Amino acid sequence: MSSSAGANVSRDIVASGQRAAERSNQSAGGESKSATFRVWRGDAAGGAFQDYATSVSEGMVVLDAIHQIQSESDNDLAVRWNCKAGKCGSCSAEVNGMPKLMCMTRLSDLDLDKPVTVEPIRAFPPVRDLVTDVSWNFAVKKRIKPFKPRAPDAPDGTWRMGQADVDRVQEFRKCIECFLCQDVCHVLRDHQKFDTFIGPRFLVHVAALEMHPLDVESRTDELREAHGIGYCNITKCCTKVCPESITITDNAIIPLKERVVDDHYDPLAALVRLFRRKK
Amino acid sequence: MFECFPWGYGPTGEFSRVAEYETHSHDVLVVGAGGAGLRAAIEAANAGARVGLVCKSLLGKAHTVMAEGGVAAALANVDDRDNWRVHFADTMRGGQYLNNWRMAELHAKEAPDRVRELEAWGAVFDRTPDGRILQRNFGGHKYPRLAHVGDRTGLEMIRTLQDHAIHLGIDVHMECTVVTLLIDGDRIAGAFAYDRERGRFKVFDSRSVILATGGIGRAFSVTSNSWEYTGDGQSLAYRAGAALQDMEFVQFHPTGMVWPPSVKGILVTEGVRGEGGILVNREGRRFMFDDIPENYKSQTADDEEEGWRYVQGDKNARRPPELLTRDHVARAIVREVREGRGSPHGGVFLDISWIKSKMSNAPEHIRKKLPSMYHQFKQLADIDITAEPMEVGPTTHYVMGGVRVDGDTQMSTLQGLFAAGESAAGLHGANRLGGNSLSDLLVFGKRAGEHAAKYAAGAPATRVPDDQVETAARAALEPFERAANVKSAEGPYQVQHALQEMMQELVGIVRREEEMRRALDGIATLKERARRVSVVGNREYNPGWHTALDLENLLTVSEAITRAALERKESRGGHFRDDFPDKDSEFAGVNITVTRGADGGMIVSRIPVPPMRDDLKQIIEENK
Repeated sequence: MSSSAGANVSRDIVASGQRAAERSNQSAGGESKSATFRVWRGDAAGGAFQDYATSVSEGMVVLDAIHQIQSESDNDLAVRWNCKAGKCGSCSAEVNGMPKLMCMTRLSDLDLDKPVTVEPIRAFPPVRDLVTDVSWNFAVKKRIKPFKPRAPDAPDGTWRMGQADVDRVQEFRKCIECFLCQDVCHVLRDHQKFDTFIGPRFLVHVAALEMHPLDVESRTDELREAHGIGYCNITKCCTKVCPESITITDNAIIPLKERVVDDHYDPLAALVRLFRRKK
Repeated sequence: MFECFPWGYGPTGEFSRVAEYETHSHDVLVVGAGGAGLRAAIEAANAGARVGLVCKSLLGKAHTVMAEGGVAAALANVDDRDNWRVHFADTMRGGQYLNNWRMAELHAKEAPDRVRELEAWGAVFDRTPDGRILQRNFGGHKYPRLAHVGDRTGLEMIRTLQDHAIHLGIDVHMECTVVTLLIDGDRIAGAFAYDRERGRFKVFDSRSVILATGGIGRAFSVTSNSWEYTGDGQSLAYRAGAALQDMEFVQFHPTGMVWPPSVKGILVTEGVRGEGGILVNREGRRFMFDDIPENYKSQTADDEEEGWRYVQGDKNARRPPELLTRDHVARAIVREVREGRGSPHGGVFLDISWIKSKMSNAPEHIRKKLPSMYHQFKQLADIDITAEPMEVGPTTHYVMGGVRVDGDTQMSTLQGLFAAGESAAGLHGANRLGGNSLSDLLVFGKRAGEHAAKYAAGAPATRVPDDQVETAARAALEPFERAANVKSAEGPYQVQHALQEMMQELVGIVRREEEMRRALDGIATLKERARRVSVVGNREYNPGWHTALDLENLLTVSEAITRAALERKESRGGHFRDDFPDKDSEFAGVNITVTRGADGGMIVSRIPVPPMRDDLKQIIEENK
């Protein structure tokens, strides 16, 4: 090492790395054991749970177990997945009844003495096994007015924004479109308001646009009418299940509701509108 | 628009001699909807073309979302000494001068505009104190050059492109896999595909086809790549008669997770090292200082103190050796592990927590700068990276090689067939610099879209050849037929796993002649096994069937990689030969191409790199 201070730092690194490795080995609990996965299999016409026993090893997540079953027993077990690192939002499912990304749900956090149930997200129509038809979400996004920036701030065609000004929308833009928030939203799941409500995912999308420092478009008319923001009664289930920890209700939906109120129910503004109409 | 066709399975699953397919007509068909595909589709649509966009997954899930560190562009927002010339010289040095220099030039010149354009479409990059796009340090880049959003830059890019593209009238075919390209004489005429959800066939009638299908990572067992990365574009192009180039150059990213086993291979961003992370072996030695390549000596810090000043933005300091190019860092890690100085689970330690000795708010700073790394280790490995080191080792990450294209237009050697992004070769030469892939997608995605639209507008009409459609449909259904007819047939996953293990073992980071010869024999055997694979179930969302159909692509690119690697009897960039450990001037100026011979065998050729323009040579001299 080139300096003694550096050598001390390095010794600390190795020591704490060894400790972490030992801790990890201990939690592995020696040889692998078996667990039962109760997986929903079927299609739009119907289906049933089927039990699969498969071996479980250190660090495994639910998606690993599903892949193991797919590879060992049922090659045609349908599942969507891509990155296996919690970044793409493809492998949404309900694990023991809770909406989860299968790739980020560790088996060590589940009770493996009982069968682990894995079923598709229930708010959307089943396609096959763990795959659902989420195409409605893509259609909804098309209906939302796109980003429209103000004129550039600098002669070279660029803009100036402070980090503090973009922190808020950066939170919304973390969304990986896993649609777990849509899955648990009562308005969609229980009341099936797919024609009149866009759901938490797209309220977050609208919030990201509305609060974008450069955006000059207004979407409050649509929020109130076509997007149905009034249906949300802020039970915050969406916030609870968000794997990206976006504070959907408090930071996105409530401020949007306030904007709608400001634009449509402000008595002073109403008076101005009335006055204008008379002219 | 349904047509009848002989051979296939009817709705009852019986062999019925009737297969249906839908026909879709587009001027430009884009295969793949990651960054390159989306950017190409946007450009072609803006040019007035009728555009079809086909992707294997849902829109917005492509591998681009995984890109973490940033997009390289000489914006000079953080260091005003940066400009396209320096970026060009850095890219060429990183690629060991095997790059297509015209692409490296266009890339360095156009990347800044492509990044600023994303901002105009709504992307929200991290900011400098004066409100411009912030840039960070990365391996092989002389100045802080990577525009970024924390460590989720790829997500920001793909979402911005996706949200822009959906309002342009592009016809998107989600969860649809192209299995073969259709050719009319010497031109492309379209593609044959199946939709994953229902298993129905689709024929795309299109004068231009752009391949933007990404890489080949799934040919190896330890990889940062998703299931989609089965070398589709490279294989489709090869089988259609186009040339591949530089396939021996596979990038093994130095830092993938090594523990626990189920996450082995998942990427740990180079941004960790860009923010001051250091690599340490089990003896506590910062081993990257031990072996600094000659051509980087003048640019590398003399000691730890200088390295720290560099990551803190001191313009007079030089970068720490952890930020040497990926090929070099990956080999250094392999050396430490092989010589018994690795970490407990067969990697080395990567530590960012040590910066607490340099800054008081270190944990907060780490969480802000590397949020998804913090969560990834916390959730998947129980490691708090603000307090403990990570264990990391090399993982298959990227292929520098791919479809050989014209630098300006991105057209392949086949009329009407284009390629962009990872599926194309040229920009990165023997080794890619971090951050240059996201800029590659934007610059060459745009160029491919523009030129494919232009080509389609001027090209003669093509006709979809019935016999090719018939053959493709029959081949696609064979695995079902075998399930009924062949008693001892095996499933597709066994063959896939066997190939991955073999490629990792025999054609991985360190290669030698004898092992690669064995790999070629192994590939021949696996091809036989793949021909006998059978699948169960029906055509609706059947991953077993999909995997069976991907095998041909995986086998094709594996063979191309192995044959090209055998031909290059030297070590350079991402290609390291134990039996030829040094660079050899004989190979300094040649690219290796792979084409399909008349007998169906692979033809490997050496093609000289065209002589570089004098003004570009001078730029390289000035930046030595």
